[in-house]
Amino acid sequence: MSTALLLEQLLNGLQLGVMLFLMAAGLTLVFGVMGVINLAHGSLYMIGAFACAIVASATGSFWLGLIASLVAAAAAGAIIEVVVIRRLYERDHLDQVLATFALILIFSEGSRWIFGSFPLYLDIPPVLQGAVPLPGGGLYQLYRLAIIGVGIAVASGLYMLISHTRLGMRIRAGESDREMIAALGVDIQALYTIVFALGAALAGLAGALIGALQSVQVGMGEPVLILAFVVVVIGGIGSIKGALVGAILVGLLDTMGRFLLPKTLALILPASQAGMIGGALASMLIYIAMALILAFRPRGLFAA
Amino acid sequence: MVELVLEIREMCKSFGALKATDGVSLDLRPSEIHALIGPNGAGKSTLMHQISGSIRQDSGTIRFLGEDITALGMPERVRLGLGRSFQISSLVPEFSVLRNVMLAIQARQGSSFRFFRPVLNDKSLTEPAMSALERVGLAKRANFLAAELSHGERRQLEIAIVLALGSKAFLFDEPMAGMGPEGSKALTAFLDGLRNEAPILLVEHDMDAVFALADRISVLVYGRIIASGKVADIRNDAEVRRAYLGEPV
Amino acid sequence: MMPRETLVNTVLALLLLAIPLVAVAIDEPFYVTLSTRIAILALAAVGLNIALGLGGLVSFGHAAFFGIGGYTAAILATHAFNAEPLFFGLEGTTSMPWIWLVAMVICGLMALFIGLISLRTSGVYFIMITLAFAQMIYYFAISWPAYGGEDGLSLSVRNTFPLLSTAKPLPFFVVCYTMLLAAMVLFSLIRGSRFGAALQTARQNETRLAAVGIVPLNIKLAAFVISAIVTGLAGALFADLNRFASPSMLSWHMSGELIVLVILGGKGRLFGPLAGAMLYVMFEYTLGGITERWQFFLGLILLGVVLFIRGGLLGLLAGKARYG
Repeated sequence: MSTALLLEQLLNGLQLGVMLFLMAAGLTLVFGVMGVINLAHGSLYMIGAFACAIVASATGSFWLGLIASLVAAAAAGAIIEVVVIRRLYERDHLDQVLATFALILIFSEGSRWIFGSFPLYLDIPPVLQGAVPLPGGGLYQLYRLAIIGVGIAVASGLYMLISHTRLGMRIRAGESDREMIAALGVDIQALYTIVFALGAALAGLAGALIGALQSVQVGMGEPVLILAFVVVVIGGIGSIKGALVGAILVGLLDTMGRFLLPKTLALILPASQAGMIGGALASMLIYIAMALILAFRPRGLFAA
Repeated sequence: MVELVLEIREMCKSFGALKATDGVSLDLRPSEIHALIGPNGAGKSTLMHQISGSIRQDSGTIRFLGEDITALGMPERVRLGLGRSFQISSLVPEFSVLRNVMLAIQARQGSSFRFFRPVLNDKSLTEPAMSALERVGLAKRANFLAAELSHGERRQLEIAIVLALGSKAFLFDEPMAGMGPEGSKALTAFLDGLRNEAPILLVEHDMDAVFALADRISVLVYGRIIASGKVADIRNDAEVRRAYLGEPV
Repeated sequence: MMPRETLVNTVLALLLLAIPLVAVAIDEPFYVTLSTRIAILALAAVGLNIALGLGGLVSFGHAAFFGIGGYTAAILATHAFNAEPLFFGLEGTTSMPWIWLVAMVICGLMALFIGLISLRTSGVYFIMITLAFAQMIYYFAISWPAYGGEDGLSLSVRNTFPLLSTAKPLPFFVVCYTMLLAAMVLFSLIRGSRFGAALQTARQNETRLAAVGIVPLNIKLAAFVISAIVTGLAGALFADLNRFASPSMLSWHMSGELIVLVILGGKGRLFGPLAGAMLYVMFEYTLGGITERWQFFLGLILLGVVLFIRGGLLGLLAGKARYG
């Protein structure tokens, strides 16, 4: 096994982690601030991807598509918050799960109605096509590096937003005490809508970025959604820092597990069996990790 | 006969920088009412939680009837006979008043893993539950839902549950809170008789009740016991008057 | 006079029995299959209702038990059919009672393990960790090629039950209907028992349970295991109905659907799962006949139920649930 291959897989893991962070940040914010569990977050990811693909193919510009994905997902998020989520703040988690499960059905079947079952394709923008050499030989896709860059930028941006701005201060206050912040005269409804739209925009951005790597299709949000939940739970619900650590952990663990487990098992087992067991084990790995972490820290790594 | 029913030694609990209890030592003797008083935020509730086992102490030990129960959780302590009532009533809202008490009887019988026999016509549950309700004067409300009770009645139900548990010591956390003067008077008389059944550690803000009932009083301020002794001694203790009663000396 | 809920319940139970009988009489076997589907989904939901309705345990991973039940049936039957021993020289079997027993034991043990870890958490963490365990099993099933992987595992013939010709729709329906009724009797007994009292207290006020000296974890764990066993039995029957154990039985959509069945009908109510399953299959069948996109409308209906009709169908028909 060459260093270049290992490095490539590590970068892939990092890229997956960064993408999961974009998803998980919104989920964990919405939970931390509003106490709502939102299964429909994956639909916002899908909406971002579709908006980007459609606008990019109409205008020929990936960048316009990217802006469209942010706008469309944020708008969809704001609408969902006003029409549905707002009614769920005082409900128990069961009602929240059901209502947002219903939203998934509506969004998935709705977009299948509009766009059909065939996937759309989104091209990587010309500037980011091509590859860069890795130390130790080998090449790495420039676009994936760019995604990692975007993730780091978003993480720093979120950190700045939450720790250094008025909005961030309100978000932190809202997390600790809803009534307190209402008493301070902050329009809590508007704050919730903004937070929800912000989380939605991040999900939409993730969908658009990944749309160029994979195809854009109905249901693309669901596997990502569940991974993002794993991230949020591992990190500790409500904690942005936890989401970041959890996302990188899950991204690396999943990627490296799939890469290394079959190889490792091949040292002690016949090749065919090693591939089978290694593959099965790798696909379960992050869930095993989550169960282990929760068994010892029932409220996640960075519980609020 | 055990000399001390409850022995609490050097109990500590911090929440971040706040020391809720800071080296509290306290005893409960047979047939006594020991009142724990102190200003709001003194750590009384935290201490009650630590004694009942719903909050883990950072350090310190508790012995109950001679047995070290420091490591036990709340259900185990309750089964040994340490019954508590809650400051804010904690009931099963969708159950009838009677079923709230029946739950305590079934727990006392240690029989919660019976899956088939209906409880509603099980006399071994309903009869003792009813007599506990009669003792606190709540029998006529037996078939109301707990959620439908008035505030004072909820306090009564809490006490009926603790009685039904057959506890060997009672921890009562502000049982008089929110009761009218009539209710307080009745409850004071009731608790006065109860001490012969088992000793009571009483947290209470109603000073009339405390002075009427208590054999001993301990004063908790900022997580520390600043004075402890007979009622008369506490009344006259200068430090207590300064720290708690707010009187200039 | 009969209380309204009893009346509604009786009508539901008789209706489900009447449909297949009439269907056989007029030679429309499809409706027998539809009724069998209702009975099995209702059975699975009765299982979930023990954990969710009585205990307030929002398991978002009951598909795991449903799927394990299904795969147990298919795997045992496949081994019996191919005359390959399983392990330790044990033979497969096509006898339903044996299959059920094995499925229930496996589901019970899995639930014991999953419950021990999951029940240490609560709220959203519990929802998510049960989901994660189910996903773990799902991914295992699709990446393990020995039993079909992503393609699932089919049964060449339906498994057998002594003295009945289960290959025919009606006798198989009767088997499923009987199991459903048995599970509902079990649910009803549990709800009224000492265990049920403790379990319902765990849902409403866990602190109170601990304060009378009952360890909440033990009660919740027992309920979780019983719940999984019933849902696992339903899974075994479902595989027999379709002659196919599909990975989709293990998917998180399935977990979601099971919750939907319980809530549509009315959670915690004896007949809630049956009412929910009838309603769900009816939507699926009628809406599905009109449009391929029936799930879009299901979503709208579900959203309406959650937001505006709390208490589900039985809440609507029979009023608010009463507790003794």
